Amino acid sequence: MNNAIVWMILGMGIVTYLPRMLPFVLFGRVELPPFWQGVLKNVPYAALGALIIPDIFFIQDDVLFGVIGFAAAVTAAWLGANVIVVVLAAVVVLSCYSMLM
Amino acid sequence: METTWTAGKMAPFRQGVQAGVAIAIGYMPIALTFGLLAKTTGLTLAETVLMSVVVFAGASQYIALSLLSVGTGIFEIILTTFVLNLRHFLMSASLNEKAEADALWKKALYAFGITDETFSVAAMKEGTVSASYMFGLIMMAYGSWVVNSGIGYAVGASLPESLQESMSVALYAMFIGLLVPALKKERKTVWLAGLAAVFNSLGTLVFHLSKGWSIVLATLLSAVVVEWLAKKGENEDE
Repeated sequence: MNNAIVWMILGMGIVTYLPRMLPFVLFGRVELPPFWQGVLKNVPYAALGALIIPDIFFIQDDVLFGVIGFAAAVTAAWLGANVIVVVLAAVVVLSCYSMLM
Repeated sequence: METTWTAGKMAPFRQGVQAGVAIAIGYMPIALTFGLLAKTTGLTLAETVLMSVVVFAGASQYIALSLLSVGTGIFEIILTTFVLNLRHFLMSASLNEKAEADALWKKALYAFGITDETFSVAAMKEGTVSASYMFGLIMMAYGSWVVNSGIGYAVGASLPESLQESMSVALYAMFIGLLVPALKKERKTVWLAGLAAVFNSLGTLVFHLSKGWSIVLATLLSAVVVEWLAKKGENEDE
């Protein structure tokens, strides 16, 4: 193995692990003010919004590809499908779309 | 996923494993492609697998490869990785609020496995989150990530192109599958997700922020603004 690459990997590992681990240590025993507890409870929904949009529209050069995948997933989820079914529905719909193109 | 009637009886570890299946499937095409790209970038198989074992962060591993291929210095690659993964600080802080009182070393251990995907699944789970659940969840995600990185390198091929293309939507579809039930249940979550989506679009498309900063800022800003508005609304009602 190339030494420089190994050092790079270790460095990447450390700077990735620290932000993941520190909150558990820093906030483990402290009771945050209610406002910030509320903010942290909001984070998952906000994060999901930001993780999905706008990136999903740019998964392929063809923006329509992302739009169709988005629509398929939202429809399946809206009808109450479980997560795996939502994933499969989006993949299947896009496979059909690619075949037609 | 745990809305089935068996969920109540299931041990947390098994529940985590089951919830991790969607992530394991979603990671497959990305990890296979990562392995393949690592090979074309000139990494050895050992280095490729080591990176997936040690870093376990998809986007930053991809960026590391593309920076390596244009000859970027190691320090800059590490710095880029740091900025890109800062968002996990916010996610861990949020998960900490619903984590059961497990030993700190267990939390520090499962903290290693916090990714966008494992966080989202754990955060959307009803009730609290135990270390056993997190270990099950992360085992699936991490296993898929590491093994498929190796396979992608060794086999030197990813999935057939058309399947690869359509599977690129998998993780986004998973996020949608997790988010929509919450949107239907509570009005506040619509604002949270919607505002963050708008802020992130502005951040990346208009202000050309890096992906790392844009997601952190959009998430935090949305969470703070909505909380502030909700508090203000409560006070006015009184």
